[in-house]
Amino acid sequence: MRIAVCIKRVPDTETRVRIAADGVAMDENGVKFIVGPYDEYAVEEALQRRDKAGGGEVVAIALGPDAAQETIRSALAMGADRGVLLKADRIPADALAVAKALAAELRDGGYDLVLFGKMAVDDYHHAVGPMTAELLGLPCVTAVSKLELEGGKGTAEREIEGGMEVVEFALPAVLTAEKGLNTPRYPALKGIMAAKKKPIEVKPAALGETRVAVTALGLPAERKAGRILGEGAEVVPELVRLLRTEAKVL
Amino acid sequence: MANVLAVTEQRDGALRKTSREVVWAARQLADAMGGTVDALVMAASGVDAAGAKLGEVGADRVLVAEDASFAKYSPDGYAGTVAGVAKAGGYGAVLVAATAAGKDLAPRIAARLDAPLASDVTGVGIEGGKVAATRPVYAGKAIQQLRVDAPLAVVSLRPNAFTPGSAAKAGAVSKATAVAASRVTVREVKAAEQGRLDVAEASVVVSGGRGLKGPEHFALIEGLAKALGGAVGASRAVVDAGWRPHAEQVGQTGKTVSPQLYVAVGISGAIQHLAGMRTAKVIVAINKDKDAPIFQVADYGIVGDLFEILPRLTEEIAKARAG
Ligand SMILES: Cc1cc2nc3c(=O)[nH]c(=O)nc-3n(C[C@H](O)[C@H](O)[C@H](O)COP(=O)(O)OP(=O)(O)OC[C@H]3O[C@@H](n4cnc5c(N)ncnc54)[C@H](O)[C@@H]3O)c2cc1C
Ligand SMILES: Nc1ncnc2c1ncn2[C@@H]1O[C@H](COP(=O)(O)O)[C@@H](O)[C@H]1O
Repeated sequence: MRIAVCIKRVPDTETRVRIAADGVAMDENGVKFIVGPYDEYAVEEALQRRDKAGGGEVVAIALGPDAAQETIRSALAMGADRGVLLKADRIPADALAVAKALAAELRDGGYDLVLFGKMAVDDYHHAVGPMTAELLGLPCVTAVSKLELEGGKGTAEREIEGGMEVVEFALPAVLTAEKGLNTPRYPALKGIMAAKKKPIEVKPAALGETRVAVTALGLPAERKAGRILGEGAEVVPELVRLLRTEAKVL
Repeated sequence: MANVLAVTEQRDGALRKTSREVVWAARQLADAMGGTVDALVMAASGVDAAGAKLGEVGADRVLVAEDASFAKYSPDGYAGTVAGVAKAGGYGAVLVAATAAGKDLAPRIAARLDAPLASDVTGVGIEGGKVAATRPVYAGKAIQQLRVDAPLAVVSLRPNAFTPGSAAKAGAVSKATAVAASRVTVREVKAAEQGRLDVAEASVVVSGGRGLKGPEHFALIEGLAKALGGAVGASRAVVDAGWRPHAEQVGQTGKTVSPQLYVAVGISGAIQHLAGMRTAKVIVAINKDKDAPIFQVADYGIVGDLFEILPRLTEEIAKARAG
């Protein structure tokens, strides 16, 4: 089975955001970057499907700066076979531009399955996967938390408000991964060593024009400082009174 | 002058609440552009489009596209239908709610129309003749302002972020062309337990964390949620431990919630958890550790043992709401 996984280099979820001097980007000084947490589910799923099929290839693709090679290395350490870096100085805020560049790379790849994370934890678009699928003309199911594949056909479950949708599709297909799909493995030392020898192809990203401009980035209004009412169950009546008369939420 | 297309959403033939939010936001945008608002309803049949009174929130016209396959969400069918209508209509913006279906649909529409997408926005307007939007990024740790440099923008709106007002417009109903397609088919919808509220939609959320000590003690959380008429939420620690389903997880890798009241019980307040609930109107925290970070964002905090505090709180709330 040939599987492509698109992974994004994103700031660690622990990051405290500071605004860069240009006023439109995050200050990346001292920020640690990771593989998107949802992209890890996608990588794990790709590895399991390859191994279950008894062979094939898992290709990890990232669009980003040179440093995104580290992101690709993490996927290679988990067990992906090779990597492709579509080089761009900045990852644009225009999700469609990113999808076009990924689609150009994927189009003639002969993949049975193309996997994405449900969303990137920095920009929260929830978009690059389904956009890429549309550009490739492939069936697509988003936010998949359960997956069965059998003889070129698939059944996926995705959460909606108050329930689960059961969705059927045929391969080749594009899927985006939600938490619950699997438990991503930690790369073993052996994997980390092996990853150093696996190939990463680097080429310029076919980004085209980007038509979404970030005009400002700011910090959200701070909540007013918290107030501790007191200790123990005796404080409960006071809390209820405040919820009723001051906060007016009861 | 450009018009705005508002894509509504129905479930089991009833329009969802976010539909009015989308039509209202479309009205504001159309007024700023000097255009009109078309609301698009996609359904199998039987949605009472006139009865939905979309004119009240600003629709000049209500376009109804009916196909048997639209009884459930149809990713390709809906996307093809919206794209078809949008291409015919001279629109400057297509608005969708960023619900589970809308998050799936909006990028598909954007790709089909070759129009840039601004997703999950909390504000939208016109600047220098172009669509501009405000949206939280980095899990709400920063707020981004965007401008779309294209004649047509697709915008998805965060649920609950837009409050519909009234704008008496005609809302005249007419037919639109439905495009049925089925590269992927929703075979069934498994409903969650009857009467269970979704954390993302509830106006009150009571969340429990590792301080609960075990899944059996979540009855305390459920009891308080019931007394408040709210939904149950959870920290990732208890979801990872298998005590609660992922659907209840609040935070950076769970759901972002903006309820009127959020009660955090036995939750330390890790940065990833705060990311999902810091926009709640009122936050209450109960934790035995007075230095827990959750107290920094809590409007009201009680330090102490949740096993003593919760039963008393549930009782007092029930009394207060009855009286
Ligand atoms: C990539 C990534 C993504 C993440 N995403 C999320 C996310 O989406 N949502 C999320 O919640 N977390 C997320 N986390 C995890 C997060 O960092 C914390 O580990 C988690 O939120 C802790 O859960 P907790 O508060 O229930 O547990 P703990 O941190 O263990 O806190 C338990 C609290 O209970 C209190 N307590 C104990 N006993 C009692 C008692 N008897 N009475 C009162 N209080 C008591 C303790 O004082 C403590 O403060 C993520 C982490 C990573 C790395
Ligand atoms: N720059 C990128 N390079 C590779 N994959 C990406 C990139 N941006 C987004 N993706 C993929 O698309 C998914 C959704 O991202 P987004 O639409 O930005 O929320 C991510 O989880 C990744 O799988």
